[in-house]
Amino acid sequence: MMAMNLEIKVCMGTGGMAAGGEGVLKAFEAELKHNGLEAGFGKCSSGKVGCRGFCARDVLVDVIVDGQKTTYQYIKPEMVSRIVKEHIMEGRPVAEWEVKEDYHIFHDKQIKVVLHDCGEIDPEDIGAYIERGGYEAAKKVLSELGPADVIELVKKSGLRGRGGAGFPTGVKWEAARKSPGDVKYIICNADEGDPGAFMDRSVIEGNPHSVIEGMIIAAYSVGASNGYVYIRAEYPLAVERLRIALDAARQKNLLGKNILGSGLDFDIKVKLGAGAFVCGEETALIASIEGERGMPRAKPPFPVASGLWGKPTVINNVETLANIPCIIRKGAEWFASLGTEKSRGTKVFALTGKVKNTGLIEIPMGIPLRDIVFEIGGGIENGKKYKAVQTGGPSGGCIPEDCLDVKIDYESLMQLGAIVGSGGMIVLDEDDCMVNVARYFLNFTQSESCGKCVPCRVGTKRLLEILDRITKGEGREGDIELLEKLSQDIKLTSLCGLGQTAPNPVLSTLKYFRHEYEAHIRDRKCPAKACRALITFSISEALCKGCGACMRACPAGAITGEKKQPHKLNQALCIKCGSCFDVCKFKAVVKE
Amino acid sequence: MASLAAILGSGSMTNSIPEIEGMEVIFIIGSNTKESHPVIANRMIKAYRNGARIILADPRGIPMARFAEVHLQLRPGTDLALLNGIARVIVKEGLKNTEFIRDNTQKFEEWEKSLEPFTPEYVESVTGVPAGLIVKAARLYGGSRKAGLFYTMGITQHTHGTDNVSAVANLALVTGNIGRESTGINPLRGQNNVQGACDSGALPNVYPGYQKVNAPENREKFEKAWGPALPDKPGLTATEMFNGSIKALYIMGENPVLTDANQGHVVHALEGMEFIVVQDIFMTETAKLADVVLPAACFAEKEGTFTNTERRVQLVRKAVNPPGEAREDLSILMGIAGRIGLPASYCGAEDVFAEMGSLWQGVQGITYGRLRRGGIQWPCPSKDHPGTRYLYKTGFPVGRPPFTVVPFTPPAELPDAQYPYLLTTGRNLFQYHSGSMTRRVRQIEEHAGRAYAEISPADAAALGVKEGDVISITSRRGTIDISARVTGGIRKGIVFIPMHYAEAAANVITNNALDPVAKIPEFKACAARIEKKTA
Amino acid sequence: MITLTIDGKKTQVVGGATVLEAARKLGVYIPTLCQHPKLTPFGGCRLCIVEVKGVPRPLASCTTPAAEGMEVTTSTPQLEGLRKTVLELILSDHPDDCMTCEKAGNCTLQELAYSYGMRENRFRGERRTYAKRDANPFIERDLEKCILCGRCVKVCKEVQGVSAIDFAYRGFQAKISTPFEHDLNCEFCGQCVSVCPTGALTGKGWAKKGRQVEVNEVDTVCGYCGVGCNLTLNVKGNEIARVTSREDTWNEGWLCVKGRFGYKFVNSPDRLTTPLIKKDGKFVEAGWDEALQYATDRLMEIKGKYGPDAIGGLSSARCTNEENYLFQKIIRAGFGTNNVDHCARL
Repeated sequence: MMAMNLEIKVCMGTGGMAAGGEGVLKAFEAELKHNGLEAGFGKCSSGKVGCRGFCARDVLVDVIVDGQKTTYQYIKPEMVSRIVKEHIMEGRPVAEWEVKEDYHIFHDKQIKVVLHDCGEIDPEDIGAYIERGGYEAAKKVLSELGPADVIELVKKSGLRGRGGAGFPTGVKWEAARKSPGDVKYIICNADEGDPGAFMDRSVIEGNPHSVIEGMIIAAYSVGASNGYVYIRAEYPLAVERLRIALDAARQKNLLGKNILGSGLDFDIKVKLGAGAFVCGEETALIASIEGERGMPRAKPPFPVASGLWGKPTVINNVETLANIPCIIRKGAEWFASLGTEKSRGTKVFALTGKVKNTGLIEIPMGIPLRDIVFEIGGGIENGKKYKAVQTGGPSGGCIPEDCLDVKIDYESLMQLGAIVGSGGMIVLDEDDCMVNVARYFLNFTQSESCGKCVPCRVGTKRLLEILDRITKGEGREGDIELLEKLSQDIKLTSLCGLGQTAPNPVLSTLKYFRHEYEAHIRDRKCPAKACRALITFSISEALCKGCGACMRACPAGAITGEKKQPHKLNQALCIKCGSCFDVCKFKAVVKE
Repeated sequence: MASLAAILGSGSMTNSIPEIEGMEVIFIIGSNTKESHPVIANRMIKAYRNGARIILADPRGIPMARFAEVHLQLRPGTDLALLNGIARVIVKEGLKNTEFIRDNTQKFEEWEKSLEPFTPEYVESVTGVPAGLIVKAARLYGGSRKAGLFYTMGITQHTHGTDNVSAVANLALVTGNIGRESTGINPLRGQNNVQGACDSGALPNVYPGYQKVNAPENREKFEKAWGPALPDKPGLTATEMFNGSIKALYIMGENPVLTDANQGHVVHALEGMEFIVVQDIFMTETAKLADVVLPAACFAEKEGTFTNTERRVQLVRKAVNPPGEAREDLSILMGIAGRIGLPASYCGAEDVFAEMGSLWQGVQGITYGRLRRGGIQWPCPSKDHPGTRYLYKTGFPVGRPPFTVVPFTPPAELPDAQYPYLLTTGRNLFQYHSGSMTRRVRQIEEHAGRAYAEISPADAAALGVKEGDVISITSRRGTIDISARVTGGIRKGIVFIPMHYAEAAANVITNNALDPVAKIPEFKACAARIEKKTA
Repeated sequence: MITLTIDGKKTQVVGGATVLEAARKLGVYIPTLCQHPKLTPFGGCRLCIVEVKGVPRPLASCTTPAAEGMEVTTSTPQLEGLRKTVLELILSDHPDDCMTCEKAGNCTLQELAYSYGMRENRFRGERRTYAKRDANPFIERDLEKCILCGRCVKVCKEVQGVSAIDFAYRGFQAKISTPFEHDLNCEFCGQCVSVCPTGALTGKGWAKKGRQVEVNEVDTVCGYCGVGCNLTLNVKGNEIARVTSREDTWNEGWLCVKGRFGYKFVNSPDRLTTPLIKKDGKFVEAGWDEALQYATDRLMEIKGKYGPDAIGGLSSARCTNEENYLFQKIIRAGFGTNNVDHCARL
């Protein structure tokens, strides 16, 4: 007797698609058809879902038979026929392809609010969202609550902006509501630019309607009739799904004139950004929408008073808006019960770097960093030693081992010189040179500076030049002090958040890893053995077996030797690429 | 400017330039402000940034069009129909200023009736401007009580130029948009001291300060001041001076060969004269025909005053010496005066100005001492008077200005089978007037030294002409060869030539048919034929 | 009105005024580079930072609106230190060629470097280098001297309405550029040149004609169109070195291409330099006495022959009021005819 209901969900976020999700889904559809299975079930569906977080294991597939869910990982199209045959037709899940214990650990510590429906529903099907309670919050707001009630509720929930600054959302809405003006705007900031960050992208790819619903509620509360989603053009899938979702919402009169008979007129336009990091800064974002070059303007006036085209404007981050429907549906108290006193709710992070499990995670505010790295993340890869976590992207800072027990919330991270930021979290291990980490971020902020203000345009360039020479072994006595002074001055004099926070990676690494800087400058050594100019490779006569692997790998012809005789490395020719080190099976190549 | 003076009492700008930034609506007709009066355009842009809304009526896509909310791209020479059409909408839609009309004007009813035929649809058929735009412009201008009108030669250089000006004045009167700050009618003067030349009496019918020569009391006053008996009938206008009765001509700083309509006619007239004196800074096309040429000083080489388009008298200071033997015009004139027995020994320009002030109350209060601290706008009747920023604050010197019935008359010459194009002329940004100054500035010549005619892409295609091709343009009066500039800014059937280039002088082909009142030639519309020149 | 305190002194300003405007009103000096009173605030140079009580970080006074009860301090050791850092950063990317720079002596950056005693620079590093390759005959752009204050961009957009230039590229490579790096092609009003605080924008005809200290500034009125803009002729010897316009006049210092760059006709070799009398169809040089006597004799002779109305006088809209007045007086009172006119209609 075959089962009654069958559901197959194939992960098709950008990660899933890159791993071949589309082919897997097609294979399932073909197999089901081929085996005539569609008719045999009371309800049979196979479809795409958005990112569920553990992108490293893509393609992830859920096979749900009569509510019994089995998740498979690393699925390729050619594996599909066996799953269909053994699991679906014969009732024997393919155990060897199923996710393992670590998959569950990865998820167990998480609480999914924003990502609740991501990975569960088809993001291109408004019906799937509605089926799971979607747009109920908007309906409730439009029919039962006054704008002031909604703002009160959001204030009570304690929701703070997830874009990085953590400003209380309800307070922002209230300010915009009270600003005089008949035209007001709601802008969703989806210009996610931090290197390695993909929180907002995943939310829009996985559940665009949650953001739209949040915007409708915001528009109602603030009194706005126009909305924009400012999204990077480099996110084609998110843009496409967002556009599909907007069309569907318009067809259901969830957008447009007189929404659901409430009298609210509100529609949303999509504005593509051209990939300038600074356009995530709200005043630069506004300038960009206005057709100007994305350059920040001085605040005050704040956008809530004078924003897009000089009108009161609320700019909320994707994740912030996606929280709103849940808060309305489940109540402010419920939301406030998550997290800590000052940082309520959950936060989505993009966990990357040297941990075993990388991906998108959502955790309640207040859990220790250690849990993220060593439980959700599964610890450091290859048995290496933990060195630091870098949070908050180019504006953020590093958290060393001593501080691993820090609670993840706005204030605690700030105290350590790091920030929650928009949710980037990069784990570093003993092989990472902290001077180089600072240099990496400064290189990013320097090349993304809009050039408007002097400290950011020239100051970050000079910081970068100093860091550059330190990593090249050309650091000078006094450089550390100069870095500190210039960093402080840039922070104090820069016009916008980009410049004001750009020195953070320098200051934070100086705070916890000053000895690494000193080693570079005084001893001309890179303790992490990462800075090419400061390391030498040599071949240990005692360990070398004379296999010749290093000689073949060397692109510079620096290694010579007879077969089965210890080889020699000519320092004058060595370009320090590390190829010999990587290929040697006998650890005979020494890096110092 | 004759018409505006007749209607309102003065022919100059009623507002001052800085007031432009306070205007709610700016209506520009027949003025390529951004190229011909660039710094006034700066004020308009400032107003625009302050929220002012701009209506532009011009056949071409001129630079100001970028700032215009409504651009009325009319056929050259159809301004009257357009203005009447706008007036009709204002009256019909109740946008007229009933109180102002009742208290300050006359002949409204008669005029109102005359507008009846000018329905938006009829006006569209005449001007080519969509009816909807006409209505929109009328609502914009008529809906504001703080609006300014601006016009220049695009309005006046027609056979019906006087009527055009009357029609502009009608719009201001029907809305009451005159006589207040940032509200008025503003003809923009083309040359640095046109206003001053008129003020100073370089006109055949009036003494300095617009005092009519045929009024006996004026004549007596000036005879008493100057000595000799004065003639009582008005003299000839510049254009009329080329009609044969003049035997000797004294020309100071003018180049009529290049700037008057129908060049052939002017040259012929000059050649027929017995004696010509030209006083100028360059050997102009006109100077070449002279018997005596007197080298003069340019603006940087002399003292004196200029009066700008907003009636602001400003001090001109000497910065460098004239070249060689060249002299200041004033000293040349004193030399002539002395030789013909006219007492004219002045200590300098200041002295001359003081004499003019004693004969004309409008500038009586202006002294060089005051001007050294900054310009003063006349009327300024006394030493403690601050000058007048805008006119008619306390009413009109003529009493109640009348509405003028202005029936639509097409240009004197319209396109036909033989001459199918409508040619219009104007200035460009870089060159100035006859070019006697700018064409001697190397940088300007490098950048804008080549004559051109603007034609529409459709006409270019029909003629098989590409950008830069040489075309010949022929009217009933002459032919010029000129390089073609193909631009979407101009309508099909219209060709535009800037007036600056002697080698392809637009005025070889323009029509010297005159406006019957103002005696201004019709530079702005004539019929022409275009042929592609084979290389 | 808003009341605020600056350096212990109370002042009142209208709503919307900036802290910098309030300070200027009090006569309190705050250094600036990017700010220009006729343009909207920019806030890029960061030299005008001040401390405001209750605000943890310094604020740019040019962009901060004055607020009721605000207590502002414009100079403290910390602020001066920060200003010095900013100035040092600007100079670290600026050529050291004041000795040959057109703008020396009239350069805001140079003055600031002098008053802050900038000799050493802690931040020496890479400098931007650009080839000068504009084909236009009016405006010289030396982008290596550009400090990206944005005044030229703003004046082009806000005053001239042209937007021929804007910021381009990012980071240290940011620069002011024409669209797609084409040659500058605009109205060439030179408004940008007039507001540039360094030697980045100058007139092409200015080179080696005279530094500001050497020239004699003569205020006069433009000789081109009827707008009558105030001009200042900067004269060295008997030659106009350049033309500028004062900001405190009604035209606010703005000019057009003709007024600003069209002055070289004055010193043109084509100028008439001596009276000429035509003899046998050819012009022959004559003395003033001879020419004037000949001219009046002939005119009087024709008047005698045909009557006064055979004489005509064309005066000029290019000449002064005094000249026009005297001309018409001569025609009317001297020759006895009202046949006097000028080209008002043309």
